[in-house]
This record gives sequence, C-alpha cells and structure tokens, in this order.
Amino acid sequence: MKPSNRTVEYSIDRAGDSLQLAFEGSLDVQTAPKIWEELVTKIEESDSQKVVVEAKGISYCDGTGIGLLLQLQRMQVCRNADFEIKNLSDRFSSLLERYNPEDFADCDKIDASTSCLPEQVGRGAHHILGELKTMIAFLGELAVGLFKVALHPGKLRWRDAFLYAEKAGVDAIPIITLISFLIGLIMAFQSVVPMKQFGAEIFVADLVALSVVKELGPLMTAIILAGRSGSAFAAEIGTMKVNEEVNALTTFGIDPVHFLVLPRVIATACVTPLLAVLANFCGLLGGATVATGLNIPLVVYVQRTFNILQVDDLMGGLVKAFVFGALIAAIGCLRGIQTEKGATAVGDSTTKSVVAGILAIIIADGIFSVMYYNLGI
Amino acid sequence: MTPADPIIQVRNLTCAFGENVIVDSISFEVNRGEVFVILGGSGSGKSTILKHMIGLYTPRTGEILFEGEDLVLSQGDARRAIMRRFGVMYQSGALFGSMSLLENVRLPLEEFTDLPIEAMNLISLMKLDLVGLREFARHLPAEISGGMQKRAAIARSLALDPSIVFLDEPSAGLDPITSAEIDELILDLARNLGLTFVVVTHELPSIYSIADRVIMLDKRTKGIVATGTPDSLKDSEDEWVRNFFRRTSNSISE
Repeated sequence: MKPSNRTVEYSIDRAGDSLQLAFEGSLDVQTAPKIWEELVTKIEESDSQKVVVEAKGISYCDGTGIGLLLQLQRMQVCRNADFEIKNLSDRFSSLLERYNPEDFADCDKIDASTSCLPEQVGRGAHHILGELKTMIAFLGELAVGLFKVALHPGKLRWRDAFLYAEKAGVDAIPIITLISFLIGLIMAFQSVVPMKQFGAEIFVADLVALSVVKELGPLMTAIILAGRSGSAFAAEIGTMKVNEEVNALTTFGIDPVHFLVLPRVIATACVTPLLAVLANFCGLLGGATVATGLNIPLVVYVQRTFNILQVDDLMGGLVKAFVFGALIAAIGCLRGIQTEKGATAVGDSTTKSVVAGILAIIIADGIFSVMYYNLGI
Repeated sequence: MTPADPIIQVRNLTCAFGENVIVDSISFEVNRGEVFVILGGSGSGKSTILKHMIGLYTPRTGEILFEGEDLVLSQGDARRAIMRRFGVMYQSGALFGSMSLLENVRLPLEEFTDLPIEAMNLISLMKLDLVGLREFARHLPAEISGGMQKRAAIARSLALDPSIVFLDEPSAGLDPITSAEIDELILDLARNLGLTFVVVTHELPSIYSIADRVIMLDKRTKGIVATGTPDSLKDSEDEWVRNFFRRTSNSISE
C-alpha cells in the first residue's frame, strides 16, 4: 500500500472503571502522529484504572505505531493503573515486547540541562586553568624543540618548512600588497584634509611613514596572517587530530611538536618580517599616490619620508613582525593540537586560533610599545 | 512476500566518474520485504551502486525505479517524496557531531512529523533501544566507540520507519556478537514489518544469516557475475564466485 492511502481511526468506549480503545486501520509513521496528541490527552483526562486496547483492526503497525502503544502503556504504568492489549497480531506484538515501559520513564525531561550558575562558573574556571596549563606545557615543549633544532639543524623537516613558508608567505603577497597600499592611501587621504587647513599637508609624508613602518605594516601583516595561516594551521592539525593522524605520529615515536609545529612556527616567523617589509613599501606607496594627487612633488615626499625614518624604526617593526609571526603560528598549532573530536571541534579550534592570535598580537604590540619607548626607539 | 512484487527496479545502470566506468549496464530488481545483499571485492563498485540508488550520484545511463517512480528523472518535491521513503546508513556512520545520539535520531522526526516533543523523544529512545544504545542517548558521537556509532546510525536510518533501508557495511568493525544482534534486528524488521533491506557487505556469516538474494559484482567485467541465494552461489559455475563463498565458508566452519 502506498503511504498516502493509509488511514487510522480510533474509538473510545467507557465500561465501568475500564476504558475500551479500538483502532481501525494502519498505525504507522504517516497516521500515528495525526492522532497522537489528541489520544494521549483523552486517555490522560479519563484517568481510568484500566485501559484495554482492542487491536484486531490494526492492519499494519510500524515503529511509530508501536511507539504510540508503548506511550499509552507507559502512562498507565506511571500511575499504577492497568493496561492490556488484545488481539495484536504476533508480528507486531513481538516488536512491542522488546521494550520495557519503565526504561523510558525519563524521556520527558531528557533535554533539560541541569547545571546551575555556580556549577557553570566552576566549570568555566576549571576549563580556563586547564587551558593555561596546556599553554604553558606547549610553550615549554616548543622551547625545547627550538633548542634541539638550534643544536641539530639538520633534524628539522626543512622541506615542510619551505612549503609552509610558501603557503603563508608567497601566497599572501597579493592580499598584503592590496591591503597595505589601501591603508597607506586611506590614511594619507583622511589626514591631508585637516592638515591642509594649517598648510601642513607636506607632513602627511611624516605621518604615513612613521605610522606604517613602526606600527601598521607589521600589525596588518600579522592580522592577515592570523586569519589566513593561523586558522589554516589550526584546521589542518585539528583534522589530523580528529582522524587520529596525530596519534599515529606519537605511536611511531615522532614528536608531534617537532614534526608538525616547529616547521610551521619557524617558517611563519621567518616570512612575516619579509611580508612586513612589503607591507611597509606598499603603505608608503599608497601615501605617495595621494600626495602626488594633491600636487606635492614625489621627490619632496620621498625626501621627507627618508628624513623622518630611522633605521631603528624599520628594525623595530621587523622584530615585532618576527615575534607576531611566531605567536600566530604557535597559537594556530596549539589550537589544532587541542582539538577534540568531531567536525564542530575543528571549527571551534579555527575560531579560537584567530581570536587568540589577534589578541596575542595586540598584547605583544602593547608590550613592544612600552619597551621601545624605554629603549628610546 | 511474492517474488513478482519488485519495490526497486534498476535497469541498465551505468555508473562512471569521468572516463572511469565503475559498473557497466547492470540490471536487477529488489522485491518487497526481502533482504537484498550487494556483494563484491574491494573496488567493485558496491558502495557506488548504493549511492546511485539513493540518489546521491546521477548515473551515466539507466533507470532506478522505486515502486514504478523513476528517481533519476524526478525532481523537486517528487524526488524528496521518493527519498523520504528510504533510510540510509552510511559506511562511516555520518552522525552529526554536534548533536547527542538522541538528537541525531530525533532530527528526521522533528523535520517530517508533527509529533509532540515527548513522543519524538520516546520514539528516538525506542530506536536507540533496538540497537542497544538507550543508555547512551545523551552522549555525543565523539564520546562513543566506532561500533556504537555504527549502531546509532542504524537507529537513525530507522527513525522515520522507512519501507526501504539501505545499509552500507553495517557489520564491518563490529564484534561477532553485536554483528549477530544487528543481523537479528534486520531479519526481525524484514519479517515482521515487511521492510526491504539493501545491504552492502562482505561479511559471509552475516550474508548466510540474513540474505534472501545476493548479487555479486565483478571488477573485471564491471557487471553482475552471479545472482541468487547464498546457498546457490556456493555451487555457482563461476570459479571465482565459488571460491569466494567456499573458501570463507570453510574457514568459518573450522
């Protein structure tokens, strides 16, 4: 029979204390949901001591139909009343007999989450402490790994490192070029208007040069890398963790930190300053574009830029970029290694790697600012 | 069950990916209420045929009819109506990782029925109970073993009480006792509720206990090399088929 042709009807008769319930038709996934709520409410309201189901008229009964019968039985058992099914065909009753109504006592409240506020706070604190611990442990492992590489540079998988350098560095060139150029351009454009009121538009060159080379070049590069490469590392290592590839490495006696993390950290830390140089150049170019558009001669603009910039400014920025690169890669890899099981876990790690990466960059940038101020750079 | 009551008819099905032809113009029928097993060596295209039958892939040529309606040509609502008639268990389980087992089983009920939530919970728990996982209803798939995930996937494929159930390697990775329980469940559902099962498997003990009919695929000819009951295939004229059945069945009886 086609599913659309199936129907079921029921009738309820009261006989003294007991309730006679008779079905007629096919009690299945198409028909049972239509009568479920109504029937359950009626039986509940009747509050009889005994419910007798006359099942002779049931021509077909699938899992959902069995579910309805079990639900009625369960309701009666719950209030210590009797329940009986008459004339249910053997092929269906064998399915009903598989279940014990008492096993399903808690299906009304199965979704309720029971944790209260103090419990949640406690769990949260425990979680944060745990994360802190793994982070410190990871930092230690990373330091030991770097020390070992410094002692035996041949042991590192340089081929992998070059591959990651290409992915994180070379492949990022177009986006970094574009964004830094636009940042320089926008900054120059926004500042030139108020400066013009004081006849000081020539100082746009100073403004763009200092802010791009000391701050924005390395920072923007690092933020782009956190979004591009930090997240990629987290997703890649996270998926390897989910597929038990990381476990396979461990059982081979290969240290995952040495095999997976070090090449990525070294590669990213090395390419970030190079990308920052590119970002600096493009930012200055953006500034120069605006300046020439406003009839400041290019020669003058370049001269002012070289006058204001010191080698220290450039080097300070590049050192920052190096540290940012290492931080991004390390956090991405750490999040990847911390990944638990399942597809959502990989997504969580990726998100966390970007958020934590950017946070770490900004904090590090603050520390650098104070340090450079005290060093007089 | 009458032999002349085919629920699925596959006619001249050719499955190919680009230049790579996996099976070439095969035809077979699955009868209502039978347990139909697709058998073959690794790479012979068992899972590929299954994925064509459930509409995930479009065949190069051929027809796949469910109760006379062509799945390949159907579109939109008609296609979804055909697809809702069957339940599928994927080789890897394919449970949704962010949901508990109960929510996994409940999802199709939420989408396609008007049952009250309590009733959906009850039915989902009943399905989990069928595969022995009622106690684990609140667990996430990642928190249980691979074999348990497989069983939960069977429970999910049964959620909407489909008339046809496709199982891709249901017993691979399960211990013999659990695998026998799954076989018993399949037989119980097929005999009592008249469900039709299409099962891809290599497990011979399981084939002997559940299969009404078997088709055997051969990588060399890209076609069906033998059709029949497991016992008849044991005495097949084809040497490869005979070896496949006998060698393993000998090692089982030892």
